[in-house]
Order: sequence, then structure tokens, then C-alpha cells
Amino acid sequence: MNGVERIVVVGASLAGLRAAETLRAQGYAGSLTVVGEEPHPPYDRPPLSKQVLLGRVHARDVGLPRRRAVEARWKLGVRADRVDPEERQVVLADGEHLPYDRLLIATGTRARPWPKPAQAALDGVLTLRTADDAARLTERLDAGPRRVLVIGAGFTGSEIASACRERGLEVTVAERGPVPLVGALGGALGAFAAAAQRAHGVDLRCGVTVTALRSENGRFTGADFSDGGRIDADVAVVALGAVRNTEWLEGSGLAAGPRGVACDAGCRAFTMYGIVTDDVFVAGDVARFPHPLFEYQMLSLEHWGNAVAQAEVAAHNMVSPAPRRRPHLTVPAFWSSQFGLNIKSVGVPTFSDQVVLAQGSLQEGRFVAVYGYRGRITAAVTVNRAKWLEHYQYLIETSAPFPPAPGAADRPAVPVTVPSDVPDPHLLSHGPTVALTGHLPDRHLTLVRHGRPGPPPPADEETPG
Amino acid sequence: MQIVVDLNRCQAYAQCVFLAPDVFELHGEESLMFTPAVPDGQQERVLRAAAACPVQAILVGEPAGPAAR
Repeated sequence: MNGVERIVVVGASLAGLRAAETLRAQGYAGSLTVVGEEPHPPYDRPPLSKQVLLGRVHARDVGLPRRRAVEARWKLGVRADRVDPEERQVVLADGEHLPYDRLLIATGTRARPWPKPAQAALDGVLTLRTADDAARLTERLDAGPRRVLVIGAGFTGSEIASACRERGLEVTVAERGPVPLVGALGGALGAFAAAAQRAHGVDLRCGVTVTALRSENGRFTGADFSDGGRIDADVAVVALGAVRNTEWLEGSGLAAGPRGVACDAGCRAFTMYGIVTDDVFVAGDVARFPHPLFEYQMLSLEHWGNAVAQAEVAAHNMVSPAPRRRPHLTVPAFWSSQFGLNIKSVGVPTFSDQVVLAQGSLQEGRFVAVYGYRGRITAAVTVNRAKWLEHYQYLIETSAPFPPAPGAADRPAVPVTVPSDVPDPHLLSHGPTVALTGHLPDRHLTLVRHGRPGPPPPADEETPG
Repeated sequence: MQIVVDLNRCQAYAQCVFLAPDVFELHGEESLMFTPAVPDGQQERVLRAAAACPVQAILVGEPAGPAAR
């Protein structure tokens, strides 16, 4: 098929799996190798901060179903060390060289660690990203800690806090921003989330940073805050967002850095000079791609649905001749479950200047918030009103005017439009699930690299050229 | 047998909860929780739940990965 006989997929989670299946569904019959750093077969991450932490499902029982047999060679428990685009091969940590005609990069993200390594290594300081992380955290929660500290009130941190409260555990949440979820939903909805946390007994502290994790004999015992506050706790969960797994691509010449691997609408990777490749593709959390509904800004989406949709497009394009290639145009969508609330989103809430409560009410805890940017609808978020969301997806896809036209059920008497209060998009925030990564016009091209010593997040912003 | 539910699609019609209550449950008003590894004896019920889902959000299949364990 087009001279494509060897395909290597690096990343064996949701995107890597669905890409491998799609390749076979497209009729690709050549060799297929799937490389995964974790020793486990592909598994589903969303349950880790929900069913698993609540003790309903064991962390080892979250495997994904397959759509079809893929007849792949699975190299699990092995890191990819580097890629040599000239020789067209991937070099693994165990020394094996995997030659490819097409390469898919689906290495995703990992939990951002606590910036002080000695404190991060304390007994009782954890992160939550992998099934092994979830198993460790669940074990700690089972032991009945007197208090849990959650650092960071993004979706993961908030879901962890929710699970703790449901288990009857005392929990303190420390958030640097003014309210929870501000990086994903903006300040207006963040205030609602803050009220929900407090109503469920969370000791929520916003506008503070954790200045030190205290310890005794190597065991975590409590934390100090920037406002002078102190707490004693037995467990600390660092939920400061994700780091994209791109270090292994340093030196590859690809446009890979802390914001992900840049690719075109067809999932083909760019080189660092902005030239598109024809044999290296990207999908899932590690990808950043231009989206026409959001002014072709480069988006990085840490979304389950995006991993699936982008993997399908990438795989199709990997084995299709140029005129048959498809663009990845799916409208971003995600969900979160916390404090009895089902939060669902379509579009990009952070791509907005205003938000209006279009249906329902905050008091009731059931509503639709619609986001607009310069007079058109760019996103909608429902809380316990999932059935209303699809309509707004259509409005987003058709660039309908903002605020939305009257006529919807359960509409407030006088809908009030307020600033959406989203963080400045050119700053990397610690906990967004969508990162708008468009360049500012007054900046020159700067090569940004991982792992250079520097201040803790979010200071890893591009250096002005 | 493993399952995964596309919770972007799920709109909490809860047909699965009625058909396979040991595998699917509503948590709060409309958050669906499910047991990814289908317990023995529940397979038939899960297949019926997947077929009944009005938005076809439930994927049922053999475990993904190297030769089924």
C-alpha cells in the first residue's frame, strides 16, 4: 500500500490503540509495532480519578476493549529513546532499532511532578496519571489518612478531592488561581465550582501556593502555604497538570517541545522549521494542531474524545494517498464528574471573552453556560444537563451568533452576559485541559526545550526572542 | 470481556443501569459509572445494555493489547 510496509506507533494508550485498529480497518497489512513505556496493555484513564479512587473498581481492572484484533507486535514496558528521521527508525531504551515507513507519535503526557525533588520523593507524596499511581493513592485512602492535601484544583485535583469527601476523608485543596477549574472554564464557572467544593466540606484555599511540604523521617506530615497558613496531613496529591512526553524527540528536528508536537490538520508532524513531514504523524494529548473553528490557533487537547478522533484521522492518513487524506476537525469535548455534578463541555471555553447562563440556574445546580468570542458561540458547558449540550455543538459548528437566540427551555428571565475571565492564552497554565498555543505576533521563533532548570510552573513560558 | 463508555456521548438515559445494574450505575443525577472488566455472569446483560443504549455509547470487546490474557 503506497510503499508503506512498516509502521511504528510510539504510545500504547488510547490514541495508540485506536490508531493501530484503524490502520488494520483501512486494510493495512504490513508490519505494525506498538511501543509503550508502561508495562500494562492499553487502559482507560478517566475511571482512575473516579471509580478507582472510590474503591468500586480496582486500578488493574480498567483495561480498554478492543474494536478489532490488530495483529501487532507489542513492545510494552520499554521507552522509546529517540527517533532518527533520516534513517527512519525509532531507537528503544533496550537498544532495539525499529525501522519505519510511517511513524505515529502518541506518547501523551505524564503528571507534572512537585518541583522540589526531595519533597516529591517523600513517603505520602503522590501524583495521579497512571493505573499504578491510582493503585498507590487508593491504598493510601483505604488506610484512612487524617487529612489529604490536594495541590491544584484543575479537573484531576477536583475529582480527587471529591472522591476523598465521598469517602468521608478530610481534604484541603490548595489552588494558586482565584478559583478551581479556572484554567479550563474561566473565573465565572470557577466560582460555582468553588461553592460546590465548600458545600461538600472541602477546605478550599485559593490564591495560595504551597511553599513547603514538611516531613518527619522521610514521611510527609503537612504543608506550609504562602499566606502563612499551615496544615497537618498524611497524604499529598500533586495535581499540577500534565507535562507532554516530548523529550525523546529532542534532536529529531521535529517541532516538539513543552507544548507538544506541532502537526497540520492532517496530523502530519512539522519540523522545527515549520515544514511538514510526510512520514511522521501525531495524535492524542501530545499533539498540537490548528483548528479552523478557533482561528487556526494551535490547540493541545488533553481529552479522551480527541485521542480517539485524532488517532483515527492520523491512521487513515498514514496509509492514504494525498488526495484521500482527511482533516481532523472534531469539535473538542470533555466531561468531568465531581461533587455530584456532571460537567460536560463542547468547544473551547478558554477561547472566549464572554459567557452567559443560557438555561437553568446556578442555585439549582443545573444549567448551560454558553461562551462567546467576538460575537460568535465558541463553547458550551452543561452541569447536570447533558441532554442540552448537543444543540450547542451545532451552534458552535455553524459559528452561530453570541449570545444565543432566545427560545430555549428553562431560560433565565434576563440572561446576564459577563466576562468569561479566562487566563491569558499565551501563558501556560498548570491545569488546562485545552492549551491554546498560538504564537504572539511580536515574538520571534524560539526553540523551547524541556527540562532546563528553572522556576516551578507556570514559569516555563516562551522566552521573548 | 471489557467495556468502555464514551461519556461525551452518554446523556444519562440510564437504560444500561436498568439492564445491568451490577455494571452500570448513576453517580449523582447523571454521571455514569461503569465496571470496565465485566464480571462473570454479567456478559449477557451487558450486551443487552449496549444494544439498548439510545446514543450507542457503550463499546464491548475483548481486552485490548497482546494476545488476550
